[in-house]
Amino acid sequence: MCTVCGCGEDRLAGPGHEHGHDHHHHGHSHAHLHFGTGAAGVSVGDMSQARLIEIETDILAKNDAHALGNRRVLRALGAYAVNLVSSPGSGKTTLLVKTIGMMGDSPLAVIEGDQQTENDADRIRATGAPAVQVNTGKGCHLDGHMVGHAMDHLNLKPGSFLFIENVGNLVCPAAFDLGEDAKVAILSVTEGEDKPLKYPDMFTAAKLAILNKVDLAPYTDADLDAYEANLRRVNPLIEILRVSARTGEGMEAWVRWLKSRHAAKTLAKAG
Amino acid sequence: MHEMSLAEGIRQIVDDQAKAHGFSAVRVLRLEIGRFAGVEKEALAFCFDVVMRGGPAEGAILEMIDLPGRAMCCDCSTEVEIADRLDPCPLCGGGRLVPVAGDEMRVKDMEVV
Ligand SMILES: Nc1nc2c(ncn2[C@@H]2O[C@H](COP(=O)(O)OP(=O)(O)OP(=O)(O)O)[C@@H](O)[C@H]2O)c(=O)[nH]1
Ligand SMILES: [Mg+2]
Ligand SMILES: [Zn+2]
Repeated sequence: MCTVCGCGEDRLAGPGHEHGHDHHHHGHSHAHLHFGTGAAGVSVGDMSQARLIEIETDILAKNDAHALGNRRVLRALGAYAVNLVSSPGSGKTTLLVKTIGMMGDSPLAVIEGDQQTENDADRIRATGAPAVQVNTGKGCHLDGHMVGHAMDHLNLKPGSFLFIENVGNLVCPAAFDLGEDAKVAILSVTEGEDKPLKYPDMFTAAKLAILNKVDLAPYTDADLDAYEANLRRVNPLIEILRVSARTGEGMEAWVRWLKSRHAAKTLAKAG
Repeated sequence: MHEMSLAEGIRQIVDDQAKAHGFSAVRVLRLEIGRFAGVEKEALAFCFDVVMRGGPAEGAILEMIDLPGRAMCCDCSTEVEIADRLDPCPLCGGGRLVPVAGDEMRVKDMEVV
């Protein structure tokens, strides 16, 4: 059951889970009725009962309500959630598999978002960690609603880490809040130093950028300092870690980052 | 981009409002779109026409109002207006700016009958 919309809807992949997507939500937006006035408070000339309704509602208000619901559930559980965003193939699943092996006995779970296939969830489950695959079909991003349903299926343990691997796409996922504590953008060194400049929204929204596949840097002309300079140009506050999910270089720093963020959230809640 | 999802969000707002206020048709629907919202306006207009079919806003005029982009300059600690996401600070020329406004995507109002 969906805690925000109460719709009982399910779009998770897997046997018996492939039914359609019918929206039947109820609104939470506030509107004020102003009869007979135009935009600037001018009387509407023709009296054919045209009226102006002020809405002032975010187009993504419904998504944000779902995200807020997710955030509340995570907070109550003392869980810490990261939303991993990147272009396709920059190494999100590889990084997660490696991360899971380094997290010791911290409880964790994974939500995998892809347009098609169960491949990434299968790769995660092979490590023994619980994973739910969400297939978005034509959708180019996960939304708060999908993640809420996936969370219901995961039975998160208190104090968990929740890793959400978004659909590989540097544009759309930036706009959709999932209820996560931090967006982490992954950029692999073969993608080109100018990617942060071409897709600034994603790197503006991220707290941390992982510069992945640094093991390949010597074989390409990748200029790691230029990557960092461009990341800081679009987001002066962004943190950056240089990592290779293949060799393990930089992975301890990433795991430390996760644990310290989780601890800070727990402290903030207690205080 | 996700203009289709945006159009679906607008459709949901229209349907909710029609239920709440009992109007039958939307003549004009006005959006406020921030400069940095990354909205492809032509794509959104196209998706709007498709997604509004069969509902109260079918055939409605879609108006989009631009909202300026604003950023806080880390060098001179002033909030400034910038036209492009990567513009330098117009006051001090600094390049470290944190956007503070301009990512809005709102339904402002609707003219209904
Ligand atoms: N050399 C090298 N290869 C890597 C590294 N990380 C990932 N790869 C390779 O990059 C390819 C894509 O990795 P994935 O982990 O599937 O990437 P992804 O971001 O999950 O891809 P999508 O989910 O399809 O968007 C695979 O062939 C990985 O083995 C790394 O640090 N170094
Ligand atoms: Mg993957
Ligand atoms: Zn300045």
